Amino acid sequence: MINQDAQNDVSHDQEEFLVFSLGDEDYGVNILKVQEIRRYENITKIANTPHYVKGVTNLRGNIVPIIDLRLKFNMENAEFNDHTVVIVVNCLDKVVGFVVDRVLDVMSVDKNNIQAPPEHAMSTLSNFIVGLVTVEDRMNILIDVEKMITEDEVGKITEEA
Amino acid sequence: MDLSSLADAFYEEAQEYFDDIESNLLSIDLDDPDNEVLNAIFRCAHSVKGGAGTFGFSVLQDSTHLFENALDDLRNGEITMTQELVDGFLEINDLLKDQLSSYQAGETPDEDGVGIVKHIVTSVCDNTSPAQAEPEALSTSTTEDASSEVLPEGGFVMDVGHLDEEQIGEILEEMAILGDVSRSGQMVLIDTDDSLENVMLMLGFILSDDACEKLNIREPETGGAQGDSADESASFASNGETDTPAIDTMPKQEVKTALLSSPKTPTKKPAKPVKKAETSLRVPVDKIDHIINLVGELVITQSMLEQAAQDQEHQISNELSLLERNARDLQEAVMSVRMVPMETVFSRFPRQVRDIAKKLDKQIDLVTEGESTELDKGMVEKIVDPLSHLVRNSLDHGIERPEDREAKGKSPNGTLTLSAKHQGGNIIIEVIDDGAGLDRERLLSKAQSNGLPVSDNMSDEDVWQLIFAPGFSTADEITDVSGRGVGMDVVKKNIQSLGGSIQITSKKDQGTRTQISLPLTLAILDGMSIRCHGETYILPLGTVLETLQPVKEDIYTMSGSDQVLKIRDDYLPIVYLAKALQETDDIRDATETIAIIVQAEGKQYALIVDELVGQQQVVVKNLETNYRKVDGFSAATILGDGRVALILDVNEILKLK
Repeated sequence: MINQDAQNDVSHDQEEFLVFSLGDEDYGVNILKVQEIRRYENITKIANTPHYVKGVTNLRGNIVPIIDLRLKFNMENAEFNDHTVVIVVNCLDKVVGFVVDRVLDVMSVDKNNIQAPPEHAMSTLSNFIVGLVTVEDRMNILIDVEKMITEDEVGKITEEA
Repeated sequence: MDLSSLADAFYEEAQEYFDDIESNLLSIDLDDPDNEVLNAIFRCAHSVKGGAGTFGFSVLQDSTHLFENALDDLRNGEITMTQELVDGFLEINDLLKDQLSSYQAGETPDEDGVGIVKHIVTSVCDNTSPAQAEPEALSTSTTEDASSEVLPEGGFVMDVGHLDEEQIGEILEEMAILGDVSRSGQMVLIDTDDSLENVMLMLGFILSDDACEKLNIREPETGGAQGDSADESASFASNGETDTPAIDTMPKQEVKTALLSSPKTPTKKPAKPVKKAETSLRVPVDKIDHIINLVGELVITQSMLEQAAQDQEHQISNELSLLERNARDLQEAVMSVRMVPMETVFSRFPRQVRDIAKKLDKQIDLVTEGESTELDKGMVEKIVDPLSHLVRNSLDHGIERPEDREAKGKSPNGTLTLSAKHQGGNIIIEVIDDGAGLDRERLLSKAQSNGLPVSDNMSDEDVWQLIFAPGFSTADEITDVSGRGVGMDVVKKNIQSLGGSIQITSKKDQGTRTQISLPLTLAILDGMSIRCHGETYILPLGTVLETLQPVKEDIYTMSGSDQVLKIRDDYLPIVYLAKALQETDDIRDATETIAIIVQAEGKQYALIVDELVGQQQVVVKNLETNYRKVDGFSAATILGDGRVALILDVNEILKLK
């Protein structure tokens, strides 16, 4: 998944992001946080959790929560098809899976080209945005996995544990 | 007890601690040192000091003590983190390592070592804060200054301004045992010849460590002694062992003054996770051999299965049952690797008991039983603190002074018994003393003043349980260093978090018996798998009393909606699992389902599920590792088909309803 050669070529100002789509929007997460990409299957529901927590799955003996990013970001369509995948991130010693519509690409971004997110953005999402970047005339929203894990539902763990 | 084998364990442990110190030191962020990292280093240094003391390695002990002082000041923000400091600390760490290897080689390291460490501490800290002449005055509050003038020589003074009247009353009462006590406003003066440690020991039973430190205990004539005393109290309370008096004479003041610089204002940043200490386990070779044999058998069974599978006619049920047996044996053998004898816990106590007894002027015989009883390594580590607390309680409050014992017609020597034994799937650990026993009247009156619901005709058992009530102890949580001011409520909480229970029985003037019951291991659970609304769940088998298919005649409704199930002569509340888990409100007719009678805390109820699947052992996996605690579930497990199943918590399900 992580292309080692490309990795080595990246200079200090470059960061690599895994690009995925949620509905019509494109998002990116720092690829160094991504552990693997899996199919959406064998999920065990958990009662008494928010609707966007789809449940837990067995990842080689580890119990990993699966969070539907589309529901998390209040999107209307959250259907499951052949492209639906789970991006498993490993961050702050936690492993968490995020359901996304499809994985598109890996892009290399110059840090200087990352724009700050608009300040007045009020959506649930705004807390998790690192910045915006334009690639091939499309806006990509870069999200901060660490914040997703600490400030999100999952994150209560970090404070309580 | 063979001291040399224990010493070997200490060398290994200490080596690990030094390695941890080194890696933690290296990981420190100079601009924003994480307190958790400093605490981790402090703990390591402290553990080494305690161990060194036990084996009489005085050079190492004294050196580590100096190191610890410096770390403590750093932790308290009294000195700032610099590169020089880290370098100095690393150098000290190396010196300590050298001292350790000398001891290991059977030599006594040069006593100059202590001086060298001291020199490094002083010089490093001098670099960081040149010419800090006045900080000592800054750190001494005005009240202390005033008090140190008025109070006479001898004994100790403490500030009690932050305590409520009841606590002060208790302190006065306890301190009266040591000597004359007088109180003037916010100050308490104790005129005693006893050592500071002794005073701290007594206080440790009343107050949390934080509160103890705020007391700011010191000798009246020297305001400067407070640094020593506060530190001494911290180190004493932390391991329950004495630091040798030699350390008292260490010129800490000098070090401290050098260390002082402007207090650091901590900036808020998300705490970085502290590097977890790798723990190792020493496993007897025969256990390993046994596992290797079992794996051999497993391989043979596998090839038998392979052959049988090729032969179409052949039934493979024999081979399968063989495989099942192999797997079970192997699982047991592997689990046994984690089991260590209770001796590793009990061996810490003789020294501790001796020291405390000496301080309290009591004569104690320590008896240990069942040292070879095995317990999960993870449990052993967690049981030490609660057990130390119980032992200290017994020694201080339980066993009387020799003269009192003789007056009661008992032998002047008190007996403290620590025992461990297996009982079913549990291990029972007991702390038994033949002291005065719990005072029913006193417990009741104290409970009343704490606002707990009590009545005079409560059964003894219920009265003894009162001491576990949170308000009964002023300590509210365990602090970073082991066993500091743990209250009985925390003892109980710790035991419960290990899946165990604690019970007290006591008879006046005959003694007190505290019984701790723990599961042998946390990793495997006997469970009953059930299905409900398409999902599989596991119920801990220990909570299941019986299962039955309810008949219509036995189901009654209460106030229209709530249902009860008549079982023989009892009416038990009915809980629909699907409803409790909010899977659905659409409840199936109870007669088409299965009712499982479960035992929750103190009460039974009928849990209605769709289907019983069977009984099986499951490997417990923590939900909190990657997610968080979810109400209604205690953990999760992985089933044979690779899917996750959640383990139900019968107590919480009742609350969900």
